[in-house]
Amino acid sequence: MSHSPSRATFNRRNLLALGGAVAAGGALAACGGNTGRATSSTTTASGSGSGSSSGGAKPVLQQWYHQYGEAGTQQAVEGYAKAYTAADVKVTWKPGDYDQTTAASLLTANGPDVFEYGNGPTIDMIKGGQVVDLSGLLGDAASDFNPALVKRMTYDGKLWAVPQVVDMQILVYRKSMLEKAGVTPPETIDDLMAAAQKLTSGDVKGLFLGNDGGVGLMGGPTLFSTGSDYLNEDGSFGFDNDDVVAALGKLREMFESDYLLLGAPKDWYDGSALAQGLTAMQFTGLWTFPDLTKALGDDYGCVPWPASTGDNKSVVVGAYGSCVSAKSANADAAKEFVKWLWVDQTDKQLDFATAYGFHIPARSSLVPQAKTLQSGAAKDAAAAAQEFGHAQSTILWTPKCNTAFGDMMTKVVKDGADAKAEIAKVKAVADAEVKRVLG
Amino acid sequence: MTLSSLNVDPSAASAAIARRSLGARLRGRQNQNLWFWVFVGPFVLGLIVFIYIPIIWSIYLSFFESYNTVTPDTFVGFGNYIDMLKDEPFRSSLMTFIVFAIFIVPTTFALSLLTAILVARTRVMQAFFRSVFFLPTACSYVVAALIWKMSIFAGVRSGAANAFLGVIGQDSIPWLSLTNPPWYWLVIVSARLWLQVGFYMILFLAALQRISPTLYEAAAIDGASSWQALRFITLPQLRPTSAAVLLLLLINAFQAFDEFYNILASFGTYPPYARPPLVYLYYVALGQGQDFGHGSAGAVILTLVIALVAVVFNRFFSFRGQD
Repeated sequence: MSHSPSRATFNRRNLLALGGAVAAGGALAACGGNTGRATSSTTTASGSGSGSSSGGAKPVLQQWYHQYGEAGTQQAVEGYAKAYTAADVKVTWKPGDYDQTTAASLLTANGPDVFEYGNGPTIDMIKGGQVVDLSGLLGDAASDFNPALVKRMTYDGKLWAVPQVVDMQILVYRKSMLEKAGVTPPETIDDLMAAAQKLTSGDVKGLFLGNDGGVGLMGGPTLFSTGSDYLNEDGSFGFDNDDVVAALGKLREMFESDYLLLGAPKDWYDGSALAQGLTAMQFTGLWTFPDLTKALGDDYGCVPWPASTGDNKSVVVGAYGSCVSAKSANADAAKEFVKWLWVDQTDKQLDFATAYGFHIPARSSLVPQAKTLQSGAAKDAAAAAQEFGHAQSTILWTPKCNTAFGDMMTKVVKDGADAKAEIAKVKAVADAEVKRVLG
Repeated sequence: MTLSSLNVDPSAASAAIARRSLGARLRGRQNQNLWFWVFVGPFVLGLIVFIYIPIIWSIYLSFFESYNTVTPDTFVGFGNYIDMLKDEPFRSSLMTFIVFAIFIVPTTFALSLLTAILVARTRVMQAFFRSVFFLPTACSYVVAALIWKMSIFAGVRSGAANAFLGVIGQDSIPWLSLTNPPWYWLVIVSARLWLQVGFYMILFLAALQRISPTLYEAAAIDGASSWQALRFITLPQLRPTSAAVLLLLLINAFQAFDEFYNILASFGTYPPYARPPLVYLYYVALGQGQDFGHGSAGAVILTLVIALVAVVFNRFFSFRGQD
């Protein structure tokens, strides 16, 4: 053809140069573009702490929740946000992998101002300066909050989150099945094993600890049943002792028995294994109680997880804690809002805990007012949470420790590996992690 | 346009080009450059922003201590790499997946090829069979994983597999709960084959239909058996497709995540067996952990393993004796 080839064909260097320019432009546009925040972000209010209330535009706060399964919860939290007058609170309801998205968003400027996180922020968030110190926010009410949870959300003498509602896990049983088999609710692990054996007949099993045989779920309660914990108060390793080795051996024995239910269609966090009569006893969450009542009426009861040694019975408690991001432009306004909603507004806390899902209010003075917790198994559960409540994990227990712990549980319970040797492997990982975090 | 340019004196034409504005020259003839970027730009941009920058950034992060930050400042050299290579669970997951690849790649390959040949030879309802085998490809891995876990391989009598065992008078098996025997591999491999075979079958089918019928006719005249036709015509003609399929399968095997995660993950943890490297990294470093230094180092090591295996694979299987 007539045109000169050098003009018609793309020269590779040109392409790269242009590509680079386009990419740079695009990246900048992405940074400045839609951040998901309202456009009226009020940077002026961030100048002084109390600036938020001093006339002018109200600060805008982004508040994130994970997706609660119960109908009405989203409308409720939006209602609470609307009722707050000192700031314009925008609620974001996040389905999916909430923990991962939230953790990642804290690295950017597009994250939330106020967000909830399971058992408060992680130690890495605290150490990384991603969350704001909330000490003093509880004020006079400090002693009214569930002590196990406040302790769990405190690090280095400072409070990092305000517990919203208490969730718990407990051993639930079918009263009629136990009566028929002539079994009383177990007080010790040995009782439990004997009872489970007696309650098993054919396709109906005695005990359900999750489809993995309790590997994922029962690690904590097994430690607590001997009076041990993941880590001691000072951060040293908490469970390299013979009692724990023996307790893990019992769990292995259960896994090998024919009374443990494995492979139920819905795992331990659903009440249907118990409701459908696949098992006589099940370790599960308080949140299944409405379903259980619907299916079984009052034919179910609950007891704390039994003790291996002494009277170390336990009930695992956890809570979503409300945290404030350090990247927030309105951190003080955000703190005010957290205090308003999760400390001062007791009627809203009661509504949130009891009107939709089935939780225990984080403030113990509200428990007597919760109508849902005044009778039957729910009443026993609420009392047990106060008496035997044990935080799900310790704050220094990082995800890496957790993975090593899970590996240990699988190898000991499922493969029958030597518990002592496996615990030593976890200790090596945990010691290094604690040293890194504290160092 | 050729006519007009022929009529014009060449020197005048070049002068005219020189006189054109910078903008006009950047846009090219008939705005060719402009249109090139309009069409290609968005994809190049996406590629750069979502693929190249993250890859480079991840390599950068792998040399730093970067807990909960993507702009680290503590350089640790190859420290993260050494940590990851010393990490026993990570090594074991790499080993598991090398073994897994050695098993799953030939199996998927053989099954896809077999279904493709069968479907290609079917005289009745070919379109129906083609669609039926291809349909699982449209299914989400997560959905399939949940169906496998909760409906087909549930541990109780209501699961399809155990219902079948009940019919033949056997006890129920908790497929996903036991490690000895490792029934969980049956669950994972069957889910994976169901999801993937259809896609590779379509690739083979397309290649099969490109083989000229004259080759088979000539072979038939020469008295070749159907086995000989397969061995000396079909398989050699499929060589380029086979190479591509093998490579894709290999990369797929090492990148396993979805069905493993959804079938085997339990409460807050994932068992140490059948744990893909990416799942391990997700748990210790790139999910809640946010230990991007070690996570990136692990990802780079995994990439290198894939690249190495792929190169070796290619050397031995695909282009040898290629015409």
